[in-house]
Amino acid sequence: MRPEPHPRASLRVRALLQSFGPVLGLILLCIIGTALNSDFAAVDNVMNVLTRTAFIGIIAVGMCFVIILGGIDLSVGSMAALIAGAMILVMNKLGPALGSPVSAIALGIGFAVVLGALFGLGHGLLIAKGGIEPFIVTLGTLGIFRAYLTYFADGGALTLDSDLSDAYSPVYYASILGIPVPVWVFLAVALVGGLVLNRTAFGRYVQAIGSNEQVARYAAVDVGRIKVLTYMLLGICVGIATVLYVPRLGSASPTTGLLWELEAIAAVIVGGTALKGGSGTVTGTVVGAVLLSVISNILNLTSIISVYLNAAVQGFVIIAVAFMQRRRK
Amino acid sequence: MKSVLRQLAVGAVTLLLSSSALAQEPNKVNLGVAIPAATHGFTGGIVWWANQAKKELEKNHPGLKITVKTAANAPEQANQLQDLLTVNKINALVIFPFESASLTKPVAQVKGKGVYVTVVDRGLTDTRAQDAYVAGDNTAFGKLPAEYLAKRLNGKGNIVVLRGIPTTLDNERMDAFNAVLKNHPDIKILDAKYGNWNRDDAFKVMQDYLTRFKQIDAVWAADDDMAVGVLKAIEQSQRTDIKEVFGGAGSKGMVRTIIEGSNKLIQADVSYSPKFIYDAIKLTAEARLKGEKLPANTIIPSVLITKENAKDFYFPDSPF
Repeated sequence: MRPEPHPRASLRVRALLQSFGPVLGLILLCIIGTALNSDFAAVDNVMNVLTRTAFIGIIAVGMCFVIILGGIDLSVGSMAALIAGAMILVMNKLGPALGSPVSAIALGIGFAVVLGALFGLGHGLLIAKGGIEPFIVTLGTLGIFRAYLTYFADGGALTLDSDLSDAYSPVYYASILGIPVPVWVFLAVALVGGLVLNRTAFGRYVQAIGSNEQVARYAAVDVGRIKVLTYMLLGICVGIATVLYVPRLGSASPTTGLLWELEAIAAVIVGGTALKGGSGTVTGTVVGAVLLSVISNILNLTSIISVYLNAAVQGFVIIAVAFMQRRRK
Repeated sequence: MKSVLRQLAVGAVTLLLSSSALAQEPNKVNLGVAIPAATHGFTGGIVWWANQAKKELEKNHPGLKITVKTAANAPEQANQLQDLLTVNKINALVIFPFESASLTKPVAQVKGKGVYVTVVDRGLTDTRAQDAYVAGDNTAFGKLPAEYLAKRLNGKGNIVVLRGIPTTLDNERMDAFNAVLKNHPDIKILDAKYGNWNRDDAFKVMQDYLTRFKQIDAVWAADDDMAVGVLKAIEQSQRTDIKEVFGGAGSKGMVRTIIEGSNKLIQADVSYSPKFIYDAIKLTAEARLKGEKLPANTIIPSVLITKENAKDFYFPDSPF
């Protein structure tokens, strides 16, 4: 019988270490990045990385809710691609009819977010009311969404008309106070996500259902409604991400958003959310998303590792960060 | 129950009759086409050109029937080969194999049943499984841009390269590109990273190249889709050191840009048109209708596209 010295203190240190796992990983990566290439820490590069993280990051915030709820959504990449394609079609149609590109874009943006919410509603109803596993529902829609995009694009690419594209491009390329618009939107979504998760009844219900659905039911939580709303929330996030994505290249093709679902899920898991649900943080998710982008950025800024192994490096870091916080429930 | 049996019997008899009719008329060609489904621009073009071939050739040749099947992956394509043989009773096959290794056996089986086989683009691992091979010219795909860029840069400058997806096809192109530039020691390839034939990935890789290298004279984007992402990244950075972006494959958007001269960075392209599936179907069908064979290897040449000849490579109705 050995007396444990200050069990509480050691627990606290461990908990601290665990919740700072991703942050530590990120700091470590940034040090490595700066050592390898001094331009890594340049403002332009930092802004590039944060801007390109915005899509995955925004989707990951929604995904964080779904995973905490105990669900999953495999369709987000295909959904983003289909929303992008549908949005381009709608704007190209409306542009000449309305006469002003700005109002066509405004309507396109509204359309994208509503379409995302509707897709999420469909998922939620099939899962909560239809009683189908989320994995299966979203595996099905993963194929459906992408197939429809390919069909609309006739296998090629859907491209935004050039005057619309010019008018829309500031949404991706412009900066406010030196920070690109997508980064602002990402921050806003993360902030709202954090508040909703930690400060509202809805957020508490999501966590309760994720840790024990049966108990939540006994506690008179309307489980079905919360589930539907959570998937809708993710759909809206996908819609917002798409609104930022379309002005980047002004086009959508069947390769748009390929594997985004895995990137978003990886960001959530690296950020310390348990895949089996119950607990997790939006902050962790944001850090996780940035961390994944930083890895690929560092690999592009250097050529010390064979290009064949880029994906392997990403895989090693994901596993290493997850290992650092493995005891976290 | 009885009526079902009767229907089956009638069906069997019709099948027998039709297949014997086919056997009696040697110059009747029942051609199957097995190609990948339209999942990105290039395969979208493949599917469009295959259907175009069916439409035009069936109209011109009454003895010709073409069945087009698209597959999302290699096992599905192997299943379709069986269907083409047993259900559609084909006597000629044009296949764009989804993968080289996994389709070799299934194609060999089809050939073993007496079907004339033309393989397109992605070769099989055992050439005994085919009668003829028709392909685009991957060596020229890498060689022509290297020669063109060397000339444009007057033999001196820095080039960054975006590669496709790690495949032998991509290696072949890269090797051909490197081989030419070996003769131009003052041209430096700063780096070559994978953009996966994807606009978004190419955008990111190019952004990082722009951060990393202060002087870039030309970009070999190695694909028109990737060139779209590269151009956006350059536009955003407002850099003026880059003189030329060279894509590849001759997509209609890029060819139109060359015709109109609307982007000074895009002056040339190299053809690698999905139209080669059309050529392969046409060559096979017409040879078989005459009872002839194709040469063992037919290479559809890749050609340098510039403002002078761009009109010949512009197909506005094709999705690619």
